[in-house]
Amino acid sequence: MAKTHVTCTINGEEVEYLCEPQQTLLDVLRDDLGLTGSKEGCGSGDCGACSVIADGSLVCSCLMFGSEADGMEITTIEGIATADKLHPVQEQFLKHAALQCGFCTPGLIVATKALLDKHPNPTDEEARYWLAGNLCRCTGYDKIMNAVHAAAAQIRGETV
Amino acid sequence: MNDVTLRELRVVGTRPVRPDGVDKVVGRAMFGGDAVMPGMIFGATVRSPHAHARIKKIDTSKAEAMKGVKAVVTSADFPDIPSEEAFVGEGPMNFRDLSRNLMARDKVLYDGHVVAAVAATSNSIARAAAESIEVEYEVLPHVIDEIEAAKGDAPLLHEDLFTSGLETKPSTPSNVAKRIEFVKGDLEAGFAAADKIVERTYKTAPVHQAYIEPHACVAAYNADGQCQVICSSQGQFMVRAYCAKLLGLDISEIRVTPAEIGGGFGGKTLVYLEPLALALSKKAGRPVRMIMDRTEVFRGTGPTSGGTVKVKIGAKMDGTITAADAEMYFQAGAYPGSPVQPGCMTCFAMYDLENARTIGFDVVSNRPKVAAYRAPGAPISTFATESAIDELAREIGMDPIDFRLKNAAKDGTKALYGPTFQNIGLIQTLEAAKNHPNLKEKLGPDQGRGVASGFWFNIGGESSASLNINEDGTAVLVSGSPDIGGSRASMAMMASEILGIDVSRVRPIVGDTSSVGFTHLTGGSRVTFATGTAVCEATEEVVKILKGRAAKIWEIDEEAVEWREGHAYPAGDNAGKFEPLSLADLAAKAARTGGPIAAKASVNAQGAGPGWGVHVVDVEVDRETGHVKILRYTAAQDVGRAIHPSYVEGQIQGGAVQGIGWALNEEYIYDKNGRLDNAGFLDYRVPVASDLPKIDTVMIEVPNPRHPFGAKGVGEVPIVPPMAAIANAIYDATGVRMTSLPMSPPKLRAALDAAGVGAKVAAE
Repeated sequence: MAKTHVTCTINGEEVEYLCEPQQTLLDVLRDDLGLTGSKEGCGSGDCGACSVIADGSLVCSCLMFGSEADGMEITTIEGIATADKLHPVQEQFLKHAALQCGFCTPGLIVATKALLDKHPNPTDEEARYWLAGNLCRCTGYDKIMNAVHAAAAQIRGETV
Repeated sequence: MNDVTLRELRVVGTRPVRPDGVDKVVGRAMFGGDAVMPGMIFGATVRSPHAHARIKKIDTSKAEAMKGVKAVVTSADFPDIPSEEAFVGEGPMNFRDLSRNLMARDKVLYDGHVVAAVAATSNSIARAAAESIEVEYEVLPHVIDEIEAAKGDAPLLHEDLFTSGLETKPSTPSNVAKRIEFVKGDLEAGFAAADKIVERTYKTAPVHQAYIEPHACVAAYNADGQCQVICSSQGQFMVRAYCAKLLGLDISEIRVTPAEIGGGFGGKTLVYLEPLALALSKKAGRPVRMIMDRTEVFRGTGPTSGGTVKVKIGAKMDGTITAADAEMYFQAGAYPGSPVQPGCMTCFAMYDLENARTIGFDVVSNRPKVAAYRAPGAPISTFATESAIDELAREIGMDPIDFRLKNAAKDGTKALYGPTFQNIGLIQTLEAAKNHPNLKEKLGPDQGRGVASGFWFNIGGESSASLNINEDGTAVLVSGSPDIGGSRASMAMMASEILGIDVSRVRPIVGDTSSVGFTHLTGGSRVTFATGTAVCEATEEVVKILKGRAAKIWEIDEEAVEWREGHAYPAGDNAGKFEPLSLADLAAKAARTGGPIAAKASVNAQGAGPGWGVHVVDVEVDRETGHVKILRYTAAQDVGRAIHPSYVEGQIQGGAVQGIGWALNEEYIYDKNGRLDNAGFLDYRVPVASDLPKIDTVMIEVPNPRHPFGAKGVGEVPIVPPMAAIANAIYDATGVRMTSLPMSPPKLRAALDAAGVGAKVAAE
């Protein structure tokens, strides 16, 4: 099978790869680029564990072909923190015990960052609907919502 | 017995950030599917498209001829295991059945049953090779429903299965594997003394644990017979034991490294992929990685049973329950071993009853073999009994919590299944629920409030831990329990509490099967209790060693040394004579005082202390669509002592929400050919954030004297009450008693219309 040559930016770095036509962006991230932070929970866009930000939009990387990423700017969970500082969303997920097993966590953090990048002051209902595409089976979402609101407040510069 | 008076402690009861947290929020934690081995290749399975069929022929020649294919296995590559009962996982299992569940032999028994597996140099080649394998089947009649399957003329799954537990041994085989009975007192007299009796039959649908991480492993079978497995499971020792048995290996030949586990809830207490990957690796001479897709998880791995439960309860007008009786049929899936026994043992445990009986039947049918799911069996039977209790409370005109309080199990109550309860907090839990501010909220039109309680045993068992003091006075704590929801944090907290050092100075890790003593799997709500006990014993031993080292340095008796706040102090006559020595001081002097400071403990912990939960839910029913909105949710629970309260609350919230899914949406839907119709998260709908309100929790601490800090298991009981609580709330809102799960919109709408209270009727 002929492979496609793709050039894109992932977490701020220019990346080149060859991918098979049927390979998803998630397959490429996990199997070819070693970025295993994005998870496959369903492969059908229903669970959100593979969430990445592609050219500013929140997408399920299992629903994108690897070849579609050509020329795009992709942010994965590995690109959310800086070398010495966690992102407020990551900080608040830890502080509020918003994870149990941690498998859905990368997707939820990417999705929350995508929300707060555009809407730093969501209502509880808005946040719950935004995150409705990210399944968590462990927490019942309660502590996740606490973490989301605390991160939003931190980003807005309020004392938390 | 430990002194577990609820005094304030330095670490226990606080909420530090979990030690494995950063890895999990930056995407660096290694889960089963993230592990790699040098030169690994990729496995795929071939699964039955039929619910029940005889395998006539498997032709693997096309797959074997494909470029890149390195190995193909069928049942011929596995030993034909004789029947032998095993208790390695969380429920009863027969090694022969497990072997045949892993890889079908002679017959396939459910849609999704594995018949062959391949390994190839890429995922795409492996999948193409799997598709090229031709299996010739003789399709047989099938049966899914437990009541249908229990009938004499039902299609038979196993010709050699005879019902056990009957007075006379049956002469013909049956799909009913077992009958069990628990009885206490005089039922007839009990019902004769009742002023009101309620009787009804309830049905629950099979539901999946639906952990977000699909099963995954990478395994290598070396030329010298040494095997390595890295996988996501609830027990590395369980994986090792099953792989050894199913492949005919010595346990010492297998080393299993636990990866992080992306949820389990009981569903990862069995092996599905690991023995296949090892068999493929043996043939291919390369490590093999296998990862299920979501469809395979739904079709091929253990959901829990669906069940039918007939319940009858009687009470006097003063609210005293005089008799309770239940008969239940549980789906086991393709092989015997449903959780009907715990179903029978738990459903009346919340009540102090003189006269009670439960009868259970374990029924095989053409569905995947069930696996444990959070408090296995209890949610199914308790949905029935707690619905009946609500109905009875209404019949005699009592508040549902007061009715439960009047009959509640307490210290000294002898349970139907045998033991006498001690140190239990059901009454306190009921009172806490009753006094919660949520119960003062006024309800509007089409809104209702429902209450239900629940019980789970919790278990202890075998666990190991070791504590090593590092040269600088920090510590490494190794235990054998996979961390499924924050247990590393509670292990480190207990050790640091005893050592008297900051929790950040104790680094907890989960050991592989070669680096820590045997530890039973993470299940049964046992880790904080049993592994926690091992951690505390190892830490106490380290403190003893530290005191001995200080005594040696000071040249005084060991008994004259006290350990507090991370320091050795001279005590008694010597008090004040020497400067205290810190843990770091003693660690630095270790070589000169006797060598490395370390201790290990292996325990078989007993006396876990049962869990009690009381849930109160407010719902709003949309009479037009049949949709139920959860408005408020209150979950109170006796937790013994919360080591890390945030993760205890998290267990309660997560369990309650799984119960909400079970109540309202989740079910296995089969087509007429017995094929699963909804094997994906789009059609098998688990609760999402927008379905839910806050889940308010109340932790009641009635300490367990069998644990060093008073902990009880907390993970399972919260899934027991939600289904009945929601059904009772729907009744309160509409006057319609729902007796079948899930109470999904079409079913509820039909029930409302049938009762003449739906929107259709209201509009007329």
